[in-house]
Formats: sequence, structure tokens, C-alpha cells
Amino acid sequence: MHPPFNILVQLLRGTVVTIELTVFAALLAFVISFIVGFSRMAKFWPLRAIAIIYTEFFRGTSLLVQLFWVYFVLPLFNVNISALAAGILILGMNFGAYGSEVVRSSVLAIPKGQTEAGVVLNMKPSQITWRIILPQAFMIMIPTFGNNLIELLKSTALVSLITLNDLMFQGKMIQNTTLRTTEVFGLVLVIYFCLAYPLTLGVRWLERKITVGRA
Amino acid sequence: MWNWQFALSVLPQLIAALRITISATFVAFLLACILGLLFAMAKRSGVKPLALAVGAIVEFVRSTPLLAQLYFVFYVFPKFGLVLTPFLAGVLTLGLHYSTYLSEVYRAGIESVPKGQWEAANVLNFSRLRTWLTIIIPQAVPPLIPVFGNYLIALLKDTPLLSAITLVEVLERAKIIGDNSFRYLEPITMVGFLFLITSNLLSLIVQQVNVRLNQHLK
Amino acid sequence: MNTNAETAKVQPMVRYRNICKSFGDLKVLTDINLEIAPSEKVAVIGPSGSGKTTLGRMLVTLEKPTSGTIEIDGEMLWHKTVKGELVPADEKHLRKVRGNAGMVFQQFNLFPHMTILRNVMEAPVHVLGIPKDKAKEQAISMLKKVGLEAKLDNYPRQLSGGQQQRVAIARALVMHPKVMVFDEVTSALDPEMVGEVLLVLKEIAEEGNMTMLVITHEMAFAQEVADRVIFMEGSIVEQGPPQALFGNPHNQRTQEFLSRFRNA
Repeated sequence: MHPPFNILVQLLRGTVVTIELTVFAALLAFVISFIVGFSRMAKFWPLRAIAIIYTEFFRGTSLLVQLFWVYFVLPLFNVNISALAAGILILGMNFGAYGSEVVRSSVLAIPKGQTEAGVVLNMKPSQITWRIILPQAFMIMIPTFGNNLIELLKSTALVSLITLNDLMFQGKMIQNTTLRTTEVFGLVLVIYFCLAYPLTLGVRWLERKITVGRA
Repeated sequence: MWNWQFALSVLPQLIAALRITISATFVAFLLACILGLLFAMAKRSGVKPLALAVGAIVEFVRSTPLLAQLYFVFYVFPKFGLVLTPFLAGVLTLGLHYSTYLSEVYRAGIESVPKGQWEAANVLNFSRLRTWLTIIIPQAVPPLIPVFGNYLIALLKDTPLLSAITLVEVLERAKIIGDNSFRYLEPITMVGFLFLITSNLLSLIVQQVNVRLNQHLK
Repeated sequence: MNTNAETAKVQPMVRYRNICKSFGDLKVLTDINLEIAPSEKVAVIGPSGSGKTTLGRMLVTLEKPTSGTIEIDGEMLWHKTVKGELVPADEKHLRKVRGNAGMVFQQFNLFPHMTILRNVMEAPVHVLGIPKDKAKEQAISMLKKVGLEAKLDNYPRQLSGGQQQRVAIARALVMHPKVMVFDEVTSALDPEMVGEVLLVLKEIAEEGNMTMLVITHEMAFAQEVADRVIFMEGSIVEQGPPQALFGNPHNQRTQEFLSRFRNA
């Protein structure tokens, strides 16, 4: 194939890795958001303390530092995980820390009367959580989760710095070998834009839909 | 496993590099504040082509990774005769990237200024620029300080990306130390804690500024 | 045997015994002793901050008494007896006894993410375990009773305040509680909607079986519906049949409170 098509094909190969990484890390982040978010509100204080330390730690240090730590330091403890696994793990844990705040604040935003109505109807605490609080809190979470997903997608590029062959990594490599710097880096930007912008539009659409529903 | 002696011996080098990190943070943030305001004002200017162009730039920059932008600025700009040092390329890109977020924050702040304030300025025959500088911005910005603070801290935590364009900031320094000594544990872990400390200090400073600037409103 | 001893043998539906309640340093209820007979309608009046809402909320476990005991239909609510000793109740016991009580709130507290029908069906299906089709039938007939059978598929936000409160009443009634607390159910309503809600309440009262504790500011309504009216101000100041309490209050505090309403 002729350039720049061969370049594009290679970049698209990296794009598949980027999408994979985004999807799996997002799933992990989603699960962690709820676990940590609810732990923050637990009655049992040691659980609360652990959750606070977890979020402070992941939010206070830098994502790239965390990736480097897993990549350079963990092997010293004979823990060897692939770059993809490291990427999923760290991105998931990092965005999970941010997500847990979203979960917590959304749950706390539901008026106390909702819980009271559930109590008075003699529902179990678990029923109140699952049937009354969460469905309402989830609607509040959606726009922020959507924005976080876009941030997560953009952050996957960092994983190229610990040698995962994602879109950014492929771009850097092709640039190194072909020196077609402008086309390669330009294309990389355009491909990322094509991935992220539909998400942006989707989030805005959802946001509008939810606000209309509430009015 | 953990060697305190080694850790202490490399700490001065890390702190020296942290200075680069912090100056990059503040220069980039200052740039982001100015650019973000200009973008927000341009979008409100009523000059359609300008508003559309700025809108497109903001959308594009927000929808692409900072790292890809850094590579583009650092490696592509020289092809067109614009050679930038890693620091300059870094702060320009960071500043531009965060300005797109801040322009949204400004927009929300500006919209929260009551319409009557614009009308009052109009009645007093203020020029448009004077209205912005003396009426709108002083009212719109102080309540935004906490949000700005969050972005300042987020920006701080993005500065290690500048290592990808060869700037020796604190994380790159840790990596170099590791490459030379084959000990990565201490330098990288310490960098983590340096970020934890710096971001918490910054957040304390932001809180102080917020209290100072907003106390007259309470 | 005299008649007094005879009536004392009838087990009260609700019994507050030496109830005190403080929020921090603030004492809201002092030594409340109150018995409510089965199917009796009791109206509680008093200025805001008089503890009357707290009194009602304790009956559905939304507030915990600082000291004293509460019984519903002969069973301790906040305590249970283990080996002859009174110990604090666990969640399981609370749920069991609480099942006898229901409450309608000032702020309706309907579930905004559910249709009207689902609001009313939710607890029968998931708490009482009634099959869905049967629960639906009951819910619809209850909504008919409050005049809202046309709104089954609407969401609460699409209804007026008065309609929402009627749904809330249906939602509570469908659980068939033995005793029901109505906590200032008309206070959050626009004046033109108060009537429709009071009308529903009156119908329920006239059916007769349910014990009702009505916390209210509507003196005329209290007079019309209640068997007994209680004036509260941190403790029970005065109580009696409506004619007596409204017509000839003995306590000076009661007189002052009532005169404010007459002049209004």
C-alpha cells in the first residue's frame, strides 16, 4: 500500500488497542466507583478510612507516576504484568477514585425523604438502596460518568509511555521510522478526535434528555 | 528492599526537578487562565465567525489527548520553522489544553452575572472592554476559585507528561536516577509522595485564596 | 366492676410510655404518656417546634426515643424482651412491628422515578410479597378511592401537589397498616388543594377501622374528624374531645394557641 494509507492501517491497529484499553478500564473504574463510593458512606469506620485513603492516594498522585510505578517498580517484587493489564488496572483504579466521589455525591443528593418513605413502607435497607436511591442517583451520575469516560479515553495515550502498542505508541513508532512527522501526528490527533467527539455529543444528548425528564 | 540512605541521597535531585514541575504548572496555568478568558469572551463576542472558530478549536483540543498534542507541538512545529524548547512547548500545550476547560468555567461564571449588570453598565455608557474589566469579570471570577483550584491541581498532575518531550521534570529525573542506579523503587515512590504533598499544599493555598477573595460576599 | 376497669382491659393500639426525646441539648419531648384505642382518631395540634411531628415519626421508627417505650398493638417497637429483660430491638424486630404502622408525609416523598401505579405497587410487591397482578389490582382500586385512577402511568412531577399527596395516601393505605400517622399532610399544599386532600382523609376516617394519629394545623378538620384532640408543647398540655378542647380549653397555653387561629 502507498503512504499515507499504510500509515493509517498501522494506526488503526493501534486504535483497536486504545478502544480495548478504554472499554476494560472503564468497566473496572465503574465497578470501583460504586464499591469505593459506598465504602465512603459505610457505618463501619475502618472501611470508610480505607476508602478515603484510596481516593486521596489515587487523586493526589499523578496518573503517569502511578503507571511508571507499576511498570518499573512492581517487577522488582517479581510481579510481572503485561502493559495492557497494567494500563487497565491503573486507569481503572485512578478513574475509579474519581468516580467514587461522583457516586457518593449523587447518592447524598437524593433527599432524605426518599429513604424515609422507604422505611415507612417497611422496605429493607437493601431494597431502599437498590429500588429507591440508586435509580435516582444513577441519573445524576450519568453526565459526569460520561465526561469521565472521555477523559479516560484521552488518558489511555499515557500507556504508550510504558510500551503498550496503542494508537499513540504506533504513532510515535511510525514517526520514528518514517520521519513523516506531520502526517503521523496529525492523523493521530484526528483519530483520537473521531473517537472522543461522538462520546462528547452523546453525553450532551443524554444530559439534555435527563434535564428535560426532570423538568 | 527500601534503602533509606539511597532515598535520602537522591531526594535533593528530585526536589530540584520538582522546581521545574512547579514552574511549568504555574506558567501553564497562568496561560490557561488568560487564554480561557479570551476564548470565553470570543464566544460571547457576537462576531459569528470568531465565535465559531474558537468553538471549533476548543472542541478539538478538548477531544484529543494532551500527550498527542505535546508531540504535535514539539515535533511538528519545527517543520514549519517554529522551534520550541521542551519547557516552552510543554507550557504552551498544557496552557492551551487547560484553557479549553477554563473557558467553560468562565462561561458558567459569566452567565451567572445578572443581566441587569450589563444593562447598568450600558446605561452608564461604559465601553465594552470597560464593562468586562470592571463589572463582569470582578463578579464572575471570585466564585469560580474552587473550580479553578481543581484544574490547577489537575494540571500539576499532568506535568509529568512533559517528560515525553524530553523535559527533565520530577518524574523524568526519577527515571534517569533509576536508569543509572537500577533502583527505581525509591525515586518513583518518592515522586508519588512529592505529588501527594504538592497537590495537597496547592489545595490548601486555593482554600486560603478562596476565603480571602470571597469573604466580602458572605 | 366499674366501667373504667372494663375499658382499661381493651388493649390500646398505640401506647407511648414515659417517652422523652432530645436532639443533642435540645429537649423536644418530656415524659409523654399516651394511649390510643383501636380505630380511635387522634388529632395532635400545637405550635411548630412543639414535638408533635417527632411524636409521629417515632411511631414509624424515623426517630428513636431517648427514653421510654412505645407499643403498637401490644408489641414493643423499639425494644424486645429477651429472657425477661428489655433490650434494644434489632432491625428484624423493628421491621416486624413497623409493619403495623404507616405514614403520610408533609412533603409527599413520592418516588420520582416511578409511575403513580408503581409508586403504589412497589411496597406490596417487594415488602409483602403479593403477586404482581394482584398488587396491581389492589393499587388501582386504592387509586380509584383517592380519585386518581386516570393518572396510573403518569409520573409524580406531572401531578399537582394535591394529587401527589393523594397518591401518597394511597401508597400508605395499600399496605393496610393498623395505625397510620398523617404528618401535616396539607401544610405543603397550595390553599386551593387542601380541600381535596382533607376530603380523602375524612373518607378514610369515616370508614372507621384504622387507628389514626393526625398531626395537623387544620383546626376545623380536627374538630370534624377527631375523637380526641391533643394540644402539645413539648409535653401533652391538654387533651379531650374536640368540642371540649376547642370550645372550652382550660389551659392558658391552649387558649393562647387557639386564639391565634381564631383571629387568623
